Amino acid sequence: MSKISAITLNTFKEAVRDRILYAILAFAIAMIGSTFILATIGVGSGPKIIRDIGLGFISIFGTLIAVFIGIGLVHKEIDRRTIYTIVSKPIHRFQFILGKYLGLILTLFVNVTIMTWALMGLIFIGEGFWDFRLLAASGMILLELMVVTGIAVLFSAFSTPALSAIFTLSFFAIGRLLDDLRLFGEHYAGPVGRAVIRTFYYLLPNLGRFNVSAEVVHGVPLGEVVSGVTILYGSLYVVALLALTSLIFQNRDFR
Amino acid sequence: MVVLKTEGLTKEYRTGFWRTRVRVLHDLNLAVHQGEVFGYLGPNGAGKTTTLKLLMGLIYPTAGRASILGRDVQDVAVKAQVGFLPENPYFYDYLTGREFLHFYGQLFGIPYRDRRQRIEELLQAVGLSKAAELQLRKYSKGMLQRIGLAQALINDPQVIVLDEPTSGLDPVGRKEVRDLILDLKRRGKSIFFSTHIVPDVEMICDRVGIIVAGRLVRVGTLEELLGSEVEGIEITASGFDEAVGSQIAQWSVRPPVQHGDTVFFAVRTEKEASQVMEFLLGRGASVHAVHPKRRTLEDLFLQEVAKT
Repeated sequence: MSKISAITLNTFKEAVRDRILYAILAFAIAMIGSTFILATIGVGSGPKIIRDIGLGFISIFGTLIAVFIGIGLVHKEIDRRTIYTIVSKPIHRFQFILGKYLGLILTLFVNVTIMTWALMGLIFIGEGFWDFRLLAASGMILLELMVVTGIAVLFSAFSTPALSAIFTLSFFAIGRLLDDLRLFGEHYAGPVGRAVIRTFYYLLPNLGRFNVSAEVVHGVPLGEVVSGVTILYGSLYVVALLALTSLIFQNRDFR
Repeated sequence: MVVLKTEGLTKEYRTGFWRTRVRVLHDLNLAVHQGEVFGYLGPNGAGKTTTLKLLMGLIYPTAGRASILGRDVQDVAVKAQVGFLPENPYFYDYLTGREFLHFYGQLFGIPYRDRRQRIEELLQAVGLSKAAELQLRKYSKGMLQRIGLAQALINDPQVIVLDEPTSGLDPVGRKEVRDLILDLKRRGKSIFFSTHIVPDVEMICDRVGIIVAGRLVRVGTLEELLGSEVEGIEITASGFDEAVGSQIAQWSVRPPVQHGDTVFFAVRTEKEASQVMEFLLGRGASVHAVHPKRRTLEDLFLQEVAKT
């Protein structure tokens, strides 16, 4: 466990010592701050706009960090040959993958937390109370980011960063639209098309399940918003992605 | 006792559009003994790094096997007894020297207190105590090589595998690395290192293996490989006229080399050397030096490379 945590902390250190992360975070907070201006335009529905768009920004910037750090996470170690000094130590390759993954998740956790508290602070200034319901929404965003990071790391284990970015963003887009895609298939596709879409529906990550911002904004009780099944679904998907990544990584030659 | 062994170790890569098989290492049989410094000598692209990567489990063999301390190199547990420095090492440049060593110490599961003490000793040994708080991105190439050596020794390994440890270093840096290797040998460690720098091998190795085009062509001690036979006699002389100079050119086994008044040339046997010296001294020339020339490792190395 200490070996995995060493890699986790090293990955976290790498991320937080990179100025690009701070640039993204500063820009994200500025964008979240700008929702205050948008809210003043929307008569009566200002508070909802701030929450809705603010959570949207947290999701977008979180995804950007997940994808753009995730795609280089393993590839960079191979490209820079730092992997040589890791694999030659008494550590299993899956431990390395797990450590790298958790390091990025820790980075995302810190970033999402900062962005969420920035949004909550903004609401506190405008409305005079701390809206802790947003923590539930951002928790689900983090779960979605864990799946997206898993996809990015999987591609990073055998592909170039550019291709990994394309694949991961494609999976992200399809994952977000999966429910609509299925609905489309049920209504308009033939039997074969329906079967294909249904297969994709069950195989690909249904990221729409993690998007609970609208429910949180519109005051749906938290018990209905945060479902145990969704958390289990996300966790199992991450486990499957990491297992597949480890399998690929285990059989790789580091030339 | 054999600490590192390869049996029929073979590696093929698939390259190009048609995924053609290219064999880069052919049936390597090698043994490194306890407490010896083994030099793995070969030109660039000979298969040295491929061998070391196979030994470290970075790549998988196409055929054959490799073992360290009697256990297969794929066994993760054996790596606790091994130190490895890759060629032209690239490290986490955002870490300071001390953080870097702590990180690798953690990968061996060394407790914090022991790790801290070990790191101070190693920083001292590689002369980086003052640079311990600097980020590695500010290190020179020589400093990176030294911190790389320190990480290879963090676990006080029994077997140390170094890939081109002196490559790219200035003469002072090379000497420091050689001294460090000899110090490790004194402490009973077994060292296997690859290089293409012949003098390094001659200076510190107990045994040598020469690899050319993926094949181990020679292996043995320097005495076994080079023998003690005199290959020729080198003579340095001056103070003679043109006629004598032409005669020297006829005797010499290679074209004489002239620097000002002084001429360097070589004859085959001691008997010929006596005759030449008598001839020169008889004509008023000065003989400055007479050296028996033995076969060098470089001669053997170049000869083996030329065969391919």
